[in-house]
Amino acid sequence: MSRPSTGAVALAIAAKDLRIEWRSRVVVNQVLPFSGLVMVMFALALDDDAMLQRTAGGLVWLATLFSLFLVVQRAYAVDTQDGALDAMRVAGVDMQAMFLGKSLALAGQLLVLEVLLFAVAMVLYRVSPPTEGVVLLVTAVLTATAGLGFVGTLYGGLIAGAKGRDSLLPLLLLPVVAPVLLGATRATESALRSGGAVVSEGWPWVAVLVVFAGVFGVGGLLSFGALIEE
Amino acid sequence: MVVDLADAVVLYGNYPALAGASLAVEPGEIVLLQGPNGAGKSTVLRLCAGLVPLSRGRAVVLGHDVAVDRQAIRHRVGLLAHANGLFLDLTARENLDFWGSMVGASSAECDEAMTRMGLGALGARRVSTMSAGQRRRVALAGLVVRRADLWLLDEPHTSLDERGRDELDAVLREAAASGATIVLASHEVDRARRLSSRVVTVTGGRIVP
Repeated sequence: MSRPSTGAVALAIAAKDLRIEWRSRVVVNQVLPFSGLVMVMFALALDDDAMLQRTAGGLVWLATLFSLFLVVQRAYAVDTQDGALDAMRVAGVDMQAMFLGKSLALAGQLLVLEVLLFAVAMVLYRVSPPTEGVVLLVTAVLTATAGLGFVGTLYGGLIAGAKGRDSLLPLLLLPVVAPVLLGATRATESALRSGGAVVSEGWPWVAVLVVFAGVFGVGGLLSFGALIEE
Repeated sequence: MVVDLADAVVLYGNYPALAGASLAVEPGEIVLLQGPNGAGKSTVLRLCAGLVPLSRGRAVVLGHDVAVDRQAIRHRVGLLAHANGLFLDLTARENLDFWGSMVGASSAECDEAMTRMGLGALGARRVSTMSAGQRRRVALAGLVVRRADLWLLDEPHTSLDERGRDELDAVLREAAASGATIVLASHEVDRARRLSSRVVTVTGGRIVP
């Protein structure tokens, strides 16, 4: 029996995580309503159309980060509730493949969430990207999502077996994802031309997001196995 | 030698779960670990699977040092622990297909394992809706798919009905006959004794031959 390739294992793990989410509907029934409510609360708290339009990008990404914690916790809960994570270790599953597969599934779920949050922002905050900002917005969303997928998977794995992991995750992850919040917010503001920003100003922030995704992608590939073992 | 433990010490914090355990298991043997709760039986199995770090002593499994080359060992062992290692929101068949895809087993081999463990009619059923015994069968089918050289079984008969226990024993005898080595811990002492070629007692973190 020959061992499957890293790519095949990664795809099988991503498919497994997405299938479990599709069956359990935790993201759809709990995380999406939660993030929608956060957007509504922002609107109620600020209660100023001009202010909401200026800060829409930041509010979307804040709501995404809050939801990230819930999605990451769920992604590892399905692996630990009946000892499947240990079973994968004993089966000699390639941990780089596991990192890639779980990152892919996490990024896929975040992407759906972000699309819906932007739709909510367009309705509630009355913002929409001008034609010349669409490419920047899509690029920023994709690169930020990749970074969040990598860093969420890495930190989720780090605390998968820890006591009090539900409260530990936001505490550890929030400072680390600050560059994504900053970069994605600035790039989104430029794409939406919020507060007089111009589209070209957003591209250096996309570069920040690319570097973040690269660092945590490579770092995760190199360290994920050791983190899971510890 | 398939398992070679010499004065193995495993510490959980300051507590010695194994306090100088020695065990030698030859190819094709079925070895029963018996002993009271907390004696260290599960820790012996977890050590052999490379799931717990060795603090002192020597632990060589399938020719590889547990402290040095866990991954090489894991490619050749199968562990059935207290937890079944299943994904509760997937069906029995989806679980088996997943575990098969992790080790390169074909769909036909998964079919065969399902049939072997009497799961033919339960393939499309979600694991979360199954009884404890049915879940144990799915986990055992996952182990059959592995075709491991060393089977490590922690209370494998738990939750199984009489028919399931008979089927499991038949599978284990068949695996041993085809060259696999089996180490199991069980409180079903009479049944496990009939199955085993050798019985050793674990007590206080040590192994008494």
